[in-house]
Amino acid sequence: MAEAAAHDHHDHRPHGWVRWVYSTNHKDIGTLYLIFAIMAGIIGGALSVAIRMELQEPGIQIFSGLAQMVYGMQGDAAIDGGKSMYNAFGAAHGLIMIFFMVMPALIGGFANWMVPIMIGAPDMAFPRMNNISFWLLPPAFLLLLGSMFVPSAPGAFGVGGGWTIYPPLSTSGQPGPAMDLAILSLHIAGASSILGAINFITTIFNMRAPGMTMHKMPLFAWAVLITAFLLLLSLPVLAGAITMLLTDRNFGTAFFVPDQGGDPLLFQHLFWFFGHPEVYILILPGFGIVSHIVSTFSKKPVFGYLGMAYAMVAIGAVGFIVWAHHMYTTGLSLDTQRYFVFATMVIAVPTGVKIFSWIATMWGGSISFKPPMLWALGFIFLFTIGGVTGVQLANAGLDRSLHDTYFVIAHFHYVLSLGAVFAIFAGWYYWFPKMTGYMYSPVIANTHFWVTFVGVNLIFFPQHFLGLAGMPRRTVDYPDAFAGWNMISSYGSYIAAVGVAIFLYGVFEAFQKKRVAGANPWGEGATTLEWQLPSPPPFHQWEQLPKIK
Amino acid sequence: MRKFMASARLLAGAAAAGTLLSSASAYADQPRPWETAFQAPATDMMRQIEWFGNYTFVFIVVITLLVLVLLAYVILRFRASANPVPSRTSHNTLIEVIWTVGPVIVLLLIAIPSFQLLTAQYTPPEEAKLTVKATGNQWNWDYEYQVDKSFSFNSAILQDGDRAKAGKEDRNLYPRLLAVDNELVVPVNTMTRVLITATDVIHSFAVPSFGIKMDAVPGRTNETWFKAEKEGLYYGQCSQLCGKDHAFMPIAVRVVSDAQFKTWLETAKTDVPAANKALMAEIDGTNKVAAVGN
Repeated sequence: MAEAAAHDHHDHRPHGWVRWVYSTNHKDIGTLYLIFAIMAGIIGGALSVAIRMELQEPGIQIFSGLAQMVYGMQGDAAIDGGKSMYNAFGAAHGLIMIFFMVMPALIGGFANWMVPIMIGAPDMAFPRMNNISFWLLPPAFLLLLGSMFVPSAPGAFGVGGGWTIYPPLSTSGQPGPAMDLAILSLHIAGASSILGAINFITTIFNMRAPGMTMHKMPLFAWAVLITAFLLLLSLPVLAGAITMLLTDRNFGTAFFVPDQGGDPLLFQHLFWFFGHPEVYILILPGFGIVSHIVSTFSKKPVFGYLGMAYAMVAIGAVGFIVWAHHMYTTGLSLDTQRYFVFATMVIAVPTGVKIFSWIATMWGGSISFKPPMLWALGFIFLFTIGGVTGVQLANAGLDRSLHDTYFVIAHFHYVLSLGAVFAIFAGWYYWFPKMTGYMYSPVIANTHFWVTFVGVNLIFFPQHFLGLAGMPRRTVDYPDAFAGWNMISSYGSYIAAVGVAIFLYGVFEAFQKKRVAGANPWGEGATTLEWQLPSPPPFHQWEQLPKIK
Repeated sequence: MRKFMASARLLAGAAAAGTLLSSASAYADQPRPWETAFQAPATDMMRQIEWFGNYTFVFIVVITLLVLVLLAYVILRFRASANPVPSRTSHNTLIEVIWTVGPVIVLLLIAIPSFQLLTAQYTPPEEAKLTVKATGNQWNWDYEYQVDKSFSFNSAILQDGDRAKAGKEDRNLYPRLLAVDNELVVPVNTMTRVLITATDVIHSFAVPSFGIKMDAVPGRTNETWFKAEKEGLYYGQCSQLCGKDHAFMPIAVRVVSDAQFKTWLETAKTDVPAANKALMAEIDGTNKVAAVGN
């Protein structure tokens, strides 16, 4: 036994639950993040399918029944409880997908796994902080899920204020403890992300292998570095805003209470000062992943590397000064709106540079359409659609008619659900053989892609029409005229749900069949450092630092 | 472009046999089944918004098609079987300048009319002749007419049980979730100012066919304006999540002739339900006469 202990000590490799719970290894923590993100994604996705089931036909179909089942309400109370439950589902879907699915998958998962390897570092700069970054997430997630089962407004359970939690609906509008739990959940998730951001910035600045200058660093590392700065600068603002919300609710302050000198719009400014950089936090790592995949499967270096890196820097920087384009209808002055229209449109330029550079990377290449490349191509096209509707929405004069309609829902799901999520799946199929050592079935992966592609486009494309026709977002029921496109949208969500099942089966199948992937299954195009290591990589890599030419 | 939108609407409409409904309710403006574009404008401002929407639509369709065509081209031309040896090109300063400057020019072309539209929305062409204050409550609206003798009334969703009593059994004219008990009544071709606030949480006053949407924020009075060009009944919905019954606080504006408005206003100062009843009777009467005349 003593011998065994000495042996364990020698290879620094803990076993069993200790390996995971006490983990300081960036790859193990990355795996934990990915598993967490998959579970949260399934829950958040189930919430959205419930929303689409409700909206499949006019009238209230399922939520009064759900309120009856979950909260034990009867009769009219069940109908009222159901309406509130719908709002709670909407808020939880948004918060879960942002804070507990996309961010953990891209930043905690892929970035944790790949950034140290890509820059030639043995691990993250602060391995113990990495551990706490992850382990803050499950309690945060439990708090948010728990909030759905405690009272908010009279006769209602769960946070019913949307993910934006605007006061006074989130203060005097919902006096119950549900909102407090959600606020604490965001505090903890935010702390987790801030710690993670510090870790990434330190790692990338200080732990690059000899010869790996900033301008030789892979674009995914660039993307994560910029994302980490956005997190570090924006999340404290959210933390301040929701702390004020908390004290307004519980300790008699009046930051957002108009009849005591506060201003509800102050919250919106603070929230969107965080919220707008947040949407770039969700998409920038995806940009990095797509760059690698496009380059790998075209067997060509990334076109315009410096332009690509500094386009992301520009997007990140300008992203901080456009927040009030979410607030065109709140009564902003004309000059304020003019400024935010102008600043918002500027972002389209570096984004265009990225789209065209991806295409130029493929130009002249020798392209093989493996599953990661399919997802990346889907990303480029669908992100373009979401991007151009964003250019329309940037114009305050036009946004007057589109704000808070389904057009906005369609827009941001095209950039996030069809953008960020496609990038996540692209990264998953790109790095799965590296992380596990096993190759998945390309047939299952391609089926997953096509089913998802059809499903999500059926969900979100018709929502442009609904928004133009004037359907407001966040309503549990709608005028009968909107029934047609809503039905199609709902069918789309069932197809996308089948896609998720195919994804999970593909993961199961890969682990069951154990096809050995090899160190570099993608061939000569895969030039970044992770492909020089065996699959899966050793527990500790780069004990001899790689030399970068 | 307009043709494109119109034909898309026609296609979708035919597919759903929704055309029947749209011809039947020319009197009111509201969403129509399988609609793929804005509701028909009832103010000059909404016409300008629609024009700008179509104008930008041209650009975004061209950009999207350009990306699609380029993607299709590289997929076909540079697939591994067609092009086994990849090039090593990773720089081309000229093309990088072009795809930076090109979007800048497109954005300028969009920005100029965009700023004109935005400025027009905040530059009413004339002084308002009527001022109405809309106050959002959970989950209904109060309308206060700021005339020589101010008066106000509440406007809430029309309950199904009240349809018969209110004479609003025609579900094309008074659709579910859009019809209200007391409409906001305004005269046609009259500059109308709307002051907007709320008592409890944030709501939003929106009428799509007028091209207006303005948040109703507690402790703050926002202002917007419209000048409706056609008599009729126009519908909107609260457009800011305001709690349980957010989906159930519609906005209905009845635009009437000057004479009808004067008569209504005199009665409404003391008795809103009676004024509405008389107004509806008169409108129904003229509609019937018109129908017979046809």
